[in-house]
Amino acid sequence: MAHGSPIDWPHVQCSVCRLVMRVPALRRGTVRQPNFCCARCGATVHRRKPDSLARTTAFLLAAVFCYFPANLYPIMQATSLGRAQEDTIVTGVVYLFESGMWPLAAIVFVASVVVPVAKIVSLAGLVLSVRWKSRWRPRDRAATYRIVELIGRWSMVDVYVVTILVALVHMGTLANVEVRFGAAFFAAVVVLTILAAESFDPRLIWDALEERDGREARAR
Amino acid sequence: MRIVGCHECDAVMEEPFVPDGGAAYCIRCGALLFRRHSRTVEVCFALVVAAAILYTVANVYPFLAFQMQGQQTHTTLLEGVDALMDQGENAVAALVFLTAIASPACEIGLLLYVLGPVFFGFRLPGMAVAFRFVEQFRPWSMLEVFLIGILVAGVKLADLADIVPGTALYAFGLLIPILAAASNFLDAEIVWRRIAEEA
Repeated sequence: MAHGSPIDWPHVQCSVCRLVMRVPALRRGTVRQPNFCCARCGATVHRRKPDSLARTTAFLLAAVFCYFPANLYPIMQATSLGRAQEDTIVTGVVYLFESGMWPLAAIVFVASVVVPVAKIVSLAGLVLSVRWKSRWRPRDRAATYRIVELIGRWSMVDVYVVTILVALVHMGTLANVEVRFGAAFFAAVVVLTILAAESFDPRLIWDALEERDGREARAR
Repeated sequence: MRIVGCHECDAVMEEPFVPDGGAAYCIRCGALLFRRHSRTVEVCFALVVAAAILYTVANVYPFLAFQMQGQQTHTTLLEGVDALMDQGENAVAALVFLTAIASPACEIGLLLYVLGPVFFGFRLPGMAVAFRFVEQFRPWSMLEVFLIGILVAGVKLADLADIVPGTALYAFGLLIPILAAASNFLDAEIVWRRIAEEA
C-alpha cells in the first residue's frame, strides 16, 4: 500500500546500506525523524534528504555566480622565453583543437564547457519540476539525474591540468606557469555543482505521482 | 521473502532472483538496484590489495618529467599540491588533495579494513562505520579524471619541451581499471549481511 504522501508509507529505506525497514510508529506529519537510525549500519535514516530543494537551489545559485568569473578570468599564465600568455578555460580548449588533438580537445570541451552548463540547467529543471509537482516523464527525469551525477566529476580535468603544469613548469625566465584566480572560481563551480547534485533527492520526482495515485485510491 | 527498495525512487519490491554476475533494475524508474556477485568478498579483497600497492607506487614516484634545454623537472602528486600552495591557491590545492590523494586513499584503506576481516573471518571495531564512509568518499575520488588531466597537460607541453612519462603514470594506468573493477564487483548487500551477522 504505497499510497498517499511519503509519511504514510509503512517502509523506509536506509540511504547508506539500503536496508528496508518497517517504520516503528513514526509521529505523523514529520518528514525528518531525529534519532531514527538504521538497524544494520547505524546511519541516520531520512524519508527524504533534508531540505533537499532548498539546499540544491542554494548550491546552484552559488555555482551560477561563480560561473562567470570562472570563464571570464584567466585560469593560468604561461611564460615562455619572456613571452607571457594568459589562458582562460575556452582558450585552453581552442589551443587543443588547433594542435590537432581532436579526441582530447573534445573531452576537455565537453568536460569544461558543456558539463557545467548542462548540470546547472538540468538540476534547475529538476528542482522546478518537483516544485511544480510535475508528472511529466518521471522516468526520463530520473535518468537525467543519473547522468548528471555521473558526468559532474569530469569537469575537474582543467583543475588537474593547471596543477600539473604549475608543478612541472617552473624554470624562471625560460618557462614558467602560474595559477590565476579564475582557477579558484572554476574549482568552486565544480564543487558547488557536485554538492547540488548530492543534495537533490531523486525520490521527490516520484512523490507527485504517488500523491495523485493516493487521491485516486481514496476517491474510489 | 526479502524486500528491496530502490534508492532513487523509493519503490519497494520483492527481491528478484538474480543469477551470479547479473544485475537487477528498478521496475519503476530503471535505476540499478544491485549486482549479484556471490564471490564479491574474495574478488574485491584481491583487487583492493592490488590497488593499495599501485596507489603507493603512484604517489611515491613522479608521474611526469619535463626536459627543456638541459634542465629537467619532475613532479609527484603531492608536489603538485605543494606548488599550488606556494602560489597562494590554498583552496584549489585542498580540493586537488581531497579528490586525487585523500579520497582514493580513504576509499582503498577503508575497503581493506572492512574486506580483510570479512575475508579472514575475524572482527575489527567500527567495521560498519568504515563501510558507511566508503560510499561517502566515492563521489570525491577522481583518479580517472586526473589521468585524463595528465594526458592533456602532456599534450600542452609536448611542443614546448620533451615529456618523459614516469613510473607513477604506469601505476595510475593500472590502478584506475582495478579500482573500477573493484567497485563494479562490490556487492554491498552481501558485505553488509556479513558485517551484520557477525556483529
